[in-house]
Amino acid sequence: MKNFTIDVKHITRVEGHGNITVRVRDGEITHLELAIVESPRFFEAFLRGRPYHEAPHITCRICGICSVGHTMASVRGIEAACGIVPSEQTVLLRKLILFGEHIQSHVLHLYFLAVPDFLGAGSVIPLARTHPTVVQRALRMKKLANDLCAVVGGRHIHPIAMQVGGCSHVPREGELQDIRKRLVDCREDLDETVGLFAELKFPQLNRPTEYVALKHANNGEYALYDGDIVSSHASQVTSPQAYRSRVLETVVPHSAAKHCASPYSHEYAVGALARFNNNAEQLHPAAKAVAAQLGFTAPNTNPFYNNTAQLVEVVHDVESSIELIDTLLAQPLELEPIVPPRDFGIGVGATEVPRGLLFHEYALDKDGNIEGSNLIIPTGQNLANIEADMRAFVPQLMSAGMGKEEMTLHLEMLVRAYDPCISCATHFLDIQWED
Amino acid sequence: MKPRIAIFSLTSCEGCSLAILELEDQLLALLGGVEIVNFREGMTERAWDIDVGFVDGAVSTPQDEEEIRKLREHCRTLVAIGACACLGGVNTLKHQQPPLEYREYVYGAGAKWFPTTSARPLSAVVKVDYELPGCPMVKEEFLHFVKCALTGKQFRLPADPVCTECKKLGNLCRYEKGELCMGPLTRAGCRAICPAYGSVCEGCRGLLGADAVAAAREVFPARYGVPFDRIADRLRLYGAYQDDGENAISGVLQPSR
Repeated sequence: MKNFTIDVKHITRVEGHGNITVRVRDGEITHLELAIVESPRFFEAFLRGRPYHEAPHITCRICGICSVGHTMASVRGIEAACGIVPSEQTVLLRKLILFGEHIQSHVLHLYFLAVPDFLGAGSVIPLARTHPTVVQRALRMKKLANDLCAVVGGRHIHPIAMQVGGCSHVPREGELQDIRKRLVDCREDLDETVGLFAELKFPQLNRPTEYVALKHANNGEYALYDGDIVSSHASQVTSPQAYRSRVLETVVPHSAAKHCASPYSHEYAVGALARFNNNAEQLHPAAKAVAAQLGFTAPNTNPFYNNTAQLVEVVHDVESSIELIDTLLAQPLELEPIVPPRDFGIGVGATEVPRGLLFHEYALDKDGNIEGSNLIIPTGQNLANIEADMRAFVPQLMSAGMGKEEMTLHLEMLVRAYDPCISCATHFLDIQWED
Repeated sequence: MKPRIAIFSLTSCEGCSLAILELEDQLLALLGGVEIVNFREGMTERAWDIDVGFVDGAVSTPQDEEEIRKLREHCRTLVAIGACACLGGVNTLKHQQPPLEYREYVYGAGAKWFPTTSARPLSAVVKVDYELPGCPMVKEEFLHFVKCALTGKQFRLPADPVCTECKKLGNLCRYEKGELCMGPLTRAGCRAICPAYGSVCEGCRGLLGADAVAAAREVFPARYGVPFDRIADRLRLYGAYQDDGENAISGVLQPSR
């Protein structure tokens, strides 16, 4: 098969709308793109003029699946712009709800979006009949993560209590104890999940690339809520405030979607695999043990192992949540006053959300209204890297003698492995449909 | 025969579609009672013979407009889910700026590639049979709707304000704290979740009706010294109030059938 065109309109089982186009002539790729056809939302434009404290409530609506993550980057960006230092209790509660979102998002991706490919199903729905215990386990874990978010923030989708300067609600002790017990019980489900994934065979695609993530200095925690920017390609550590020197946004004519490059590479990856590759040493011991059990070591350069990295992270997140709840329960939780702004200026919030590194930058005017903002989402940063993976993957699939249908499935699986969240398209340009 | 259900997304965060997946305890029972035939976010198969289509997201691009017309044709019953589909949602905030300005601010010279329209609720383009409002929609209300649909019962949205639910919970009224809460103007059904978690109601479930707006015009300036413009500005957050005429309350939900 030397001449063919693959044209997948609206890739399924991803968040948001995207298309894959690959054209091969005489055995050479003449055209390849992952196009983003999500409607533009204009968040950065309409944030202008809104008061600073509305930013997290508005920007969490960028995405239903990462709304806690957007809330975290937003409160931190606004607080940096206002000279606000949140209380220790606030930071602990934020870290807890962020663990909840990571667990919920990874479980959703692993079981609902990725696993059906490996079990030969078109969705999780037929699996409810053929593999009921697998589906029930997935639902149980997902519900636990949602309930954790709800206890801390009021709800998982568009949390209410996480505000600039503090929390407008704190969980009751009994609620935290109940969640803690369920997290402990969840270890059994995690073991089963590890067993399931140990049996899945991922396609082999090894393409070393640059991995970018947040990191705490050597003895610190596995960075999610905060940290400095690090990369597999540079020894230099960059503060989030200087992110513009590390994330170079460019307009790419062929897909007309803004892509991100780094000063070191044309493309780079963010997300669970990038975090694992940079910070595996800082994972919880239980997560390290699971990685070892799965023979998964850093650096791993196969993008399909983003799934494995997510699984290892779920173990880390569950164990760390248990420890965090113990810390929170050591003293009575109090509804603290919201910390007011000191002054208004410019600030950046960088947070590791399930799909990778998220930046929110805000400029506030003298009255505390938003003058400008820049929101850089993980999927935007991964786009160029996914395309580079597809360029490497297509010749490999051709030489394996695959037909078009099988090749299409493999390309879709590759895109899905990144768990792309196209709804977060604050920054994507439109493309023309190709027939 | 099981009703054939489909779930679609227009311009939105897809949080309302996601909320359906967050009905974990009831999801398997739900899947036993209906047949899901088209749900891009969750499945590969896509069919077009649909009894009930749930749509989240606003109509905000020419493609959205085409899509919703097509969905209307293929769905015997069309249900708008969430603030974007029912009111336009946060997408309508862009109307506060001239179109060329907001497009160029985000996309610079690339703005010309963007066909974009004003953000509108589904009902501005096609006939909508039911609306399940909220940002995100209330998943229990969705479940109640599905139960009504399966048993042939009539579904109605609550016709009273958020305050009724807030009072029952024993929450301290936000007005006692000197805050401006949209509860008195907003349709109940959310169990006053925002006041319950220490915030004010932001009006995401839409306005109760013209009477509530008329009362607000009178009461807020007279009793609280708050000009109605400030109320209108709050209600613009989810598109519940739009400036398309002197007495515009285009964000009032359609009466449910």
